[in-house]
Amino acid sequence: MSQPAELNIDRVAELSRLALTPEEKTRFSAQLGSILGHIEQLTKVDVTGIEPTAHAFPLNNVWAADVAQPALALSAALRNAPAQRDHMIVVPKVVD
Amino acid sequence: MSAPLHFQTIAELSARIAAGQISALELTQAMIARTKAVEPRVHAFNSFDEADALVQAAASDARRSAGQSAGALDGIPVGLKDVIAVAGQPLTASSKMLANFVSPYDATVTQKLKGAGAVLHGRLNCDEFAMGSSTENSAFGPTSNPWDLTRTPGGSSGGSAAALSAGAAVATLGSDTGGSIRQPAALCGLVGLKPTYGLISRYGLIAYASSLDQIGPFARTVEDAAIMLGAIAGHDLRDSTSFKTEIPDYRAELKTRRGPWKLGIPKEYFGAGLDPEVGAAVEKAIAFYSSQGCEIREVSLPHTQYCLDTYYIIATAEASSNLARYDGIRYGHRTSAAKDLLDVYQKSRAEGFGDEVKRRIILGTYVLSSGYYDAYYLRAQKVRTLIRQDFLNAYREVDALITPTSPIPAFKLGEKSADPLAMYLCDIYTIGVNLAGLPALSLPCGFTQNGLPIGLQLIGQPFREADLLATAHAYEQAHGWNTQFPLL
Repeated sequence: MSQPAELNIDRVAELSRLALTPEEKTRFSAQLGSILGHIEQLTKVDVTGIEPTAHAFPLNNVWAADVAQPALALSAALRNAPAQRDHMIVVPKVVD
Repeated sequence: MSAPLHFQTIAELSARIAAGQISALELTQAMIARTKAVEPRVHAFNSFDEADALVQAAASDARRSAGQSAGALDGIPVGLKDVIAVAGQPLTASSKMLANFVSPYDATVTQKLKGAGAVLHGRLNCDEFAMGSSTENSAFGPTSNPWDLTRTPGGSSGGSAAALSAGAAVATLGSDTGGSIRQPAALCGLVGLKPTYGLISRYGLIAYASSLDQIGPFARTVEDAAIMLGAIAGHDLRDSTSFKTEIPDYRAELKTRRGPWKLGIPKEYFGAGLDPEVGAAVEKAIAFYSSQGCEIREVSLPHTQYCLDTYYIIATAEASSNLARYDGIRYGHRTSAAKDLLDVYQKSRAEGFGDEVKRRIILGTYVLSSGYYDAYYLRAQKVRTLIRQDFLNAYREVDALITPTSPIPAFKLGEKSADPLAMYLCDIYTIGVNLAGLPALSLPCGFTQNGLPIGLQLIGQPFREADLLATAHAYEQAHGWNTQFPLL
């Protein structure tokens, strides 16, 4: 990472599941290029032997009693679905 | 002489309600009238349910008549940032993606506020998915700063700050991932508290960067912030990162915890880029603490210069993962132009998300992608360890740290919106706190010559909000900044 890495906008947009216009690709590439240029300074930090921090405080597994509790009613769970039929969410055909 | 009704504090108004001088219904009606008067100029709200607020207020009065008042917040109008779920109400995150979403359940903080009797009276504008420092990234238009309508209230919780500053709420909640409560509090002349990571349940908060996000209050005074914190803090099984810790009576502790404190001045927070008027106001506040017998000591947080980069790697990585759920299938915007399933994902997200959200998803996806993970994400997590260690080292010498909240006062709408990096630099004094998981608050410490509020940041030790609030209270009691209000 000594040189600012090349951000392949087509590849990353595909991974991000974002359909970008050509104009967006050009603009975001330039903007992200300058941000990545700034981020390059992290290479100056000596991190030898340093453990990564995922959370500021140590987390332990949290156990909860396995007891049935009231959950969302079907109608409430489906209320925000873009398309539904017979208590199911409608999506485009997945398998031919 | 008391302030106009809409600028009074929770402490004042709850005393007036208790004394029978005003009912919760009358207060809510006054707040609705004020909101209608200022909202066309400020645009702090994404949605407002007048009828629902009046029902809640009437219920509060009924409780009081029956001798069952729930305490200081019973009957007090409180606004919530539009990333906090309220059952049956819109929840948009200021995004087209969720423009028509209605929350099926309450966030834990919402339940707690309802239990405390607060009148939840509106969902407040913010940067889309809480990503930004000016509220200009809202899909529903920017919010203006009540002190100068041509300027931003800050962000991302700009609506929460502007509504309170304009007198359209008595207190509000925001969320803070990199400074999104403290910076708008500073720019709008309010108290804004970002609690220790894990003190407040995040259940029902729309996730941006889960290891950094924390809900917290905006208030007119430190005492009001203490009341709000006491109402929303506490362990919650529905958030596995929430901590089991004793919740003190923060309001009562203000009177019992007194200095002098040992206060640290991190030299890295007073360098290039700090506005001279902001710097001078903070220096005056430091001199005040010194005059009260506090020991002032210069300390060093040597990895400060890496906070911004570390933050933008970790926050965007987490965001790219969190926002993967918006795929146009189960809820949220779905494109009408899709040929197949992949098309649904890609076009729904392209149509539903705004520029800043897209930029952060792309950056986050990139730093997590194969071949770059170690160089960016893993390295940033290691630097995060060093940043956190800097703070913990400083706390061996001092009780709390004093810094500016924002390097600059409120800037003009549009001034930074074309340059993401310049916008990111607004958070330079606030993001280290999130990376280290610490509590911090901003409180007013003066005005610029142009009449713009200036904020002082106090950074405390983990889960010691009572000490942090008491330190801030000592300053506030000796100054009258919060008795000045914007002319609207």
